Amino acid sequence: MFSSFMTNAWISGTIVAVLAGAVGFFVVLRGASFPAHAIPNGAFAGAAGANLLGINPLFGLVSFAVMAALGIGVTSRRTRNDVATALSLVLMLALGAAFLTLSTQYEPAINALLFGEILGVSSSEILPVVVLGACCIVALVVLFRPLVFTSVTPELAEARGLNNTLIETLFLVVLALSTALTVPVVGALLTFSLMIGPPAAARLMSSRPSRAIALSVGLALLTVWLSIAGSYTFNLPIGFFVGTLGAVLFLGARLRGSRRARSRRLVIA
Amino acid sequence: MSRWLFEPGLFANQSVRTALLVGAVVAVVSAVVGIFTVLRGQSFAGHALTDVATAGGAGAFLAGVAPLAGFIGGGVVGAGAMDVIGVERVKGRDIATGVVLGAATGLAALFLYLSTTHSSATGTTQSILFGSIFTVQSSTLPEAAVLSAVVLLTLAAIGRPLLLSSVSAELASARGVHLRTVGLTFMVVLAVSVGLSAIVIGSILSTALLIGPPASSLKLVRRFGAGVALAIGLGLVATVLGIVLAYDSYYWSSAHRALPVSFFVVVVVVAEFVLSSSIHKWRRARVPAAVHSVVADHPEGWH
Repeated sequence: MFSSFMTNAWISGTIVAVLAGAVGFFVVLRGASFPAHAIPNGAFAGAAGANLLGINPLFGLVSFAVMAALGIGVTSRRTRNDVATALSLVLMLALGAAFLTLSTQYEPAINALLFGEILGVSSSEILPVVVLGACCIVALVVLFRPLVFTSVTPELAEARGLNNTLIETLFLVVLALSTALTVPVVGALLTFSLMIGPPAAARLMSSRPSRAIALSVGLALLTVWLSIAGSYTFNLPIGFFVGTLGAVLFLGARLRGSRRARSRRLVIA
Repeated sequence: MSRWLFEPGLFANQSVRTALLVGAVVAVVSAVVGIFTVLRGQSFAGHALTDVATAGGAGAFLAGVAPLAGFIGGGVVGAGAMDVIGVERVKGRDIATGVVLGAATGLAALFLYLSTTHSSATGTTQSILFGSIFTVQSSTLPEAAVLSAVVLLTLAAIGRPLLLSSVSAELASARGVHLRTVGLTFMVVLAVSVGLSAIVIGSILSTALLIGPPASSLKLVRRFGAGVALAIGLGLVATVLGIVLAYDSYYWSSAHRALPVSFFVVVVVVAEFVLSSSIHKWRRARVPAAVHSVVADHPEGWH
């Protein structure tokens, strides 16, 4: 399990878990689960397109994810139309399917993009993943206070001179970059699960933002590490473990929470 | 024109004929069910059911059962579960929904992986997720037709109370409509129709056929009957055009690689929606703002 060909899996898995845990906390806090659901589908089309053109999949992933994020940012400001969003979601998936058909991919490659592949990041890709991951973490640290502030009391934040639109856009770009790094590892259909399950469980367990983020990162790490180990041991797709563990963590925290306080509100630290 | 659109041998081909027939049946059912779905603001429930149907379809493939049975079985179980935990609307419940859907997708991943590695079947992932109408057996046609008839008859029976409860739950309740029964019946109908469209354009894309044509039609007409008729027409155009274009695409490049039917169906559906939205906007711009009612303004949010 810790042999040399698994090194990339552990490194990229760890980066992805830290990112998903931290970004996911804000996804849950801001109620941004729709972008978190849609952007991975865009990234899927991007990776499939890059495959077709024979370029580095990371370019396709990053460019399509960022385009999807900016598109959502622009359209959601005007209307919140679930019909239009549902249709753009399926359009991106269909585009990805068409690209994959054109590019003579074997079936495992399609499965890997949709449901994850622990060996999805190759040695040549590990450096960009580390650099981009570090950029996202730095951006989140810088944006931490304004993000929490605008999520909890947007009006007050605006009155204090914070630009809500700018912060929302920056957040969506960070979300897109983390998605682009996460999709090759856990798959387009389950990135959403990793960004929602552990953070939602963490939020149920702690009301302080700093502690909730730490918990969220910890739970995401636990999910990814257990999933890599399970995927390696049982030779099953990693997405299965990520999806199931995310649900188990959330239901566990829910049961524990409902036994204690009925509802809690987030206190600004 | 016909030479350009219809490549040689299109209608002589048995699997194309089956595809067109099954596609037409499915387009009609999806359009009728979709009108109610859009009016009730349940696009999200429709989308959520597709994820559960994926797990069902993949499980059926693994067990060696007909995929249609799996899609519909998965969808019906999902509809029941959604009724129990009440996740059919996005608001408030989206986190719990996301987690449940994530778990269903994880299960689909497991089933698909097992069926691709433990059997000699190829293309399972593609055909479950993105559809494979050209491989539909002609024996599926009667099954699809019977299921469609059941769906349409059920809708005809509950249509009036369903419509009334979609417009005003209080009014329907006062008139003696049992809201929960009507709602759950509709969810089961929705699940069956998602399963049917999954065999044409695949489980995760069946949202397109369900939501697209009805949403486009409701942007253009206001009367219910006209809306249903137009939605059926738009759905038929998308399905037939999708099948024909996919067949033709085999001849487009010298590599002879056909693009998936679902891709073309989704493209046509999205094009129809964009077109009807622009017509809707253009019409609105010509009419003074005070004239329109809230209903005309937000047909899709009319619940």
